[in-house]
Amino acid sequence: MPRVVKSREEFEGEIFESLVLVEGKDLPVAPAGTEFSEIAKSRRRVDGQQRVTGRARYTQDVYLPGMLHVRVLRSPYPRARVRRIDTKKAEALPGVRGVLHRFNAPKAAFRGEETIFREEVRFVGDEVAAIAADDEQTAVEALRLIEVDYELLPHVVDLEEAIGDMAPRLDTDGNVAEAATHKRGDAKRGLKEADFVVDATYRTSTQLHNSLETHGAVATWDGEQLTVYESTQHVFGVRQGLRAALKLPFSKIRVLCDYMGGGFGSKGGVGKYSIIASLFTMQLGRPARCILTREEENIAAGNRSATLQQMRIGGKGGRITALEHISWANVGQGKWVANPTGPTNTLYDIANLSSKSYKVVTNAGSLSAFRAPGYVEGTFALESAIDELAEKMGVDPLTLRRKHAASPKDPMVGKRYSDKHLIECYRIGAAEIGWQRRRAGGVRGSAPHRRRGIGMATQIWGGGGGPPAYATVHVNSDGTVVLTCGSQDIGTGTRTVLAQICADELGVELEDVHVRLGDTDNPYGPISAGSLTTASVGPAVRLAARDAREQLLGAAAGVLETPVAELRLESGVVVTKGARTPLAEILGKVDNNTVIGKGGRHPNDPELSLRTFGAHFADVEVDVQTGEITVEHIVAVHDIGRVINPTTARSQVEGGVLQALGFALSEERFVDRATGRVMNANLENYKVPTVKDVPAKITVKFVDRPDRKANNLGVKGLGEPPIIPTAAAIANAVANATGARVRHAPLTRARVLEALAIAGARS
Amino acid sequence: MLRGPGEADIAFTVNGAPAKVRAAPRRTLLDTLRETLALTGTKKVCDEGTCGACTVLVDGRPVYSCMTLAITCEGKSIETIEGISKDGELHPVQRAFIDADAFQCGFCTPGQIMSIVALLRENSAPTEDDVRRAVAGNLCRCGAYPNIVKAGVSAGKRKS
Ligand code: FES
Ligand code: FES
Repeated sequence: MPRVVKSREEFEGEIFESLVLVEGKDLPVAPAGTEFSEIAKSRRRVDGQQRVTGRARYTQDVYLPGMLHVRVLRSPYPRARVRRIDTKKAEALPGVRGVLHRFNAPKAAFRGEETIFREEVRFVGDEVAAIAADDEQTAVEALRLIEVDYELLPHVVDLEEAIGDMAPRLDTDGNVAEAATHKRGDAKRGLKEADFVVDATYRTSTQLHNSLETHGAVATWDGEQLTVYESTQHVFGVRQGLRAALKLPFSKIRVLCDYMGGGFGSKGGVGKYSIIASLFTMQLGRPARCILTREEENIAAGNRSATLQQMRIGGKGGRITALEHISWANVGQGKWVANPTGPTNTLYDIANLSSKSYKVVTNAGSLSAFRAPGYVEGTFALESAIDELAEKMGVDPLTLRRKHAASPKDPMVGKRYSDKHLIECYRIGAAEIGWQRRRAGGVRGSAPHRRRGIGMATQIWGGGGGPPAYATVHVNSDGTVVLTCGSQDIGTGTRTVLAQICADELGVELEDVHVRLGDTDNPYGPISAGSLTTASVGPAVRLAARDAREQLLGAAAGVLETPVAELRLESGVVVTKGARTPLAEILGKVDNNTVIGKGGRHPNDPELSLRTFGAHFADVEVDVQTGEITVEHIVAVHDIGRVINPTTARSQVEGGVLQALGFALSEERFVDRATGRVMNANLENYKVPTVKDVPAKITVKFVDRPDRKANNLGVKGLGEPPIIPTAAAIANAVANATGARVRHAPLTRARVLEALAIAGARS
Repeated sequence: MLRGPGEADIAFTVNGAPAKVRAAPRRTLLDTLRETLALTGTKKVCDEGTCGACTVLVDGRPVYSCMTLAITCEGKSIETIEGISKDGELHPVQRAFIDADAFQCGFCTPGQIMSIVALLRENSAPTEDDVRRAVAGNLCRCGAYPNIVKAGVSAGKRKS
């Protein structure tokens, strides 16, 4: 019988308490050092063949017979009232089948609003109208024929301008709203009593996700059911959004995402494009495809907020006495804020602390979660400030951190960590980078005008996962297995890792497990975000496989006429004392059958705090004439519990480091203040790292010890941890190399040169 | 309204087989492959020559198919990701990508692979730098670059 229990989960820095439905008893965690058949083994991706042959079908590759192509007219102004829309000429164009805009579209709830076409458009890229046509070119041409009468309104796009008094007020209660605060001890007093105080302002720029597959959906309505193919991190989230917008019951909506070309947090739920495609297919009876262009992706599909952060940090007697952190984040037209104060509140046990996070609205595209939202921005400021303090105090920055990083308790909520090996991460990282080589003031680099230095930074993140997550394991009568769950594989290796867990627990060969995910007709699965998939879905898969195995052994006992206690299932073979019988042979003796195992994720212990920890170390060379930074070596060490697949884990860390490198050195959205336009909404002028930007060496290490209190596998997540500390580690290495402190990410050459000039003037 | 001079018949070979299509002069090779010929392995990421996801071989040379008009391919030989495995056997570069875990989401992968296939035909034992140069025009947002370089080098070793 299923029962309802309380659970406490963390998602992207926020704690949620919920009621969840579970069944049966959970399984114990296998201790460290256990030899598994599939877990903790490097395995090739189970979907590798599909991906390298071009057969993997992504949303973009869905072409349905009779499909209409949809294009969206977007506001060219950052703020305006849409007074009138004339679509006569557009509709007269041969091949145009439908037009939607604020005067004819049905109501459709979207993120707290009642419509997807607003009267007041609020950023360049806001949806004004949509056209469905027989082919894409016709749709594009028809957009040009739509005449819109806009009444221009005053706008503001820049964070610091929006905070100021002169800016137009975009919300009735102003542009700035308090989003989160935390206080412990007395920060003011702690700062007063400190012998050394660093008071510094840090800035981070807007980063664009640029997943290679843009956002998009293909929708088809058969008169009874709406099927939506969508590039998403959460098929169930899209279904929820469509239900709200279209007022259809869940049973009439099916959302599918088989292969997916990257999301990095931005594809968390329904988009206006999915609703538009759905409205068209329901009106016109033909499938409709609405896939964003690269430019649309970069103006209207989310971003990592730019931030302005003030840090005051005090030290005395080799310890940190107090920390004050105030952050403002430009959320554009977003309705939430990714708090940069999360790491400040939780990473170190600093007795006197106060933090405040403000949300600032502007006439720019909404933020969306971007791989460790808030934590990347906040860690840049926090970990830079700690190094600045260490420098002032004349102590080793790693030693200073160690003093505040050993606590077994979460300093914010006071609960014990389920497990924590941060000091071990420091030890491994310091050895790998050669921390003892680090000299105050850096060393000469490969040429007289090049300086070399070492820096490091710490990361804390959730990643404990939690319920609800379900899985079923179907064993066919030939011994092959279909594992079904509601998760999606966004490139992280979910299919492979879940197949390993299933094969291992069930006792079959990996290649006999076929994984089906990305389908709302499957049992519920969580969003592929927050580094929670392996820790949420993995334990459910294990339970489902265990359930199936028990049933299989029961069947085998009957066929072999042997007591269950004497049977084992290993690599698809039932082993008894004297004999080995293939599972297929046993199941073949029973008339056509399907054995179905079921599993659901059990709740987390509400008394524990589940966190991942890690540290990155950077070895850099800086050309003091040009300001160019060359990252020679990054060491990444993480404590994420048991590692299921060392190969895919390593790849994910390398990928996180490289995305962080973009944030640290080159990625920055530019918006023109006068027109509100994104000046680099493309891959030409928005600089994501290329193969030539990869550091000469990336060392990846894991503590790799099961977290025995986390879940039945002892695993935690890894998606986000590796993007968090890299930028600060690089900034600290640059400061070590040159004495120049760059407080604005990305650390472009101009900013490095400016900081060098300031450092030169000071010395 | 702008209309070009009308559609034209184009004949070329795709993955060794002759193909005839009718396309407007402005139609790209990428759209022709994906939409007319249903070869969706080649991906559209930017459609403006800045990412390399759409890389295919035209007469053996890697090109961005989003920057190539279909009408310029008359009589030429086009190779796409769908055409490089022979008789169900993966191409050595494809195998090397799987073995080296050289992809995550896989969206850049067809383009990366085609760039390296072209490289190996010119240089059967490439160094890491050779591979880097070959895929310098292929973006990977997942950051699989270190493994892509490894895969390229090891594919060279397998071939020779
Ligand atoms: S799609 Fe052709 S280069 Fe980007
Ligand atoms: S594998 Fe995702 S973009 Fe390269």
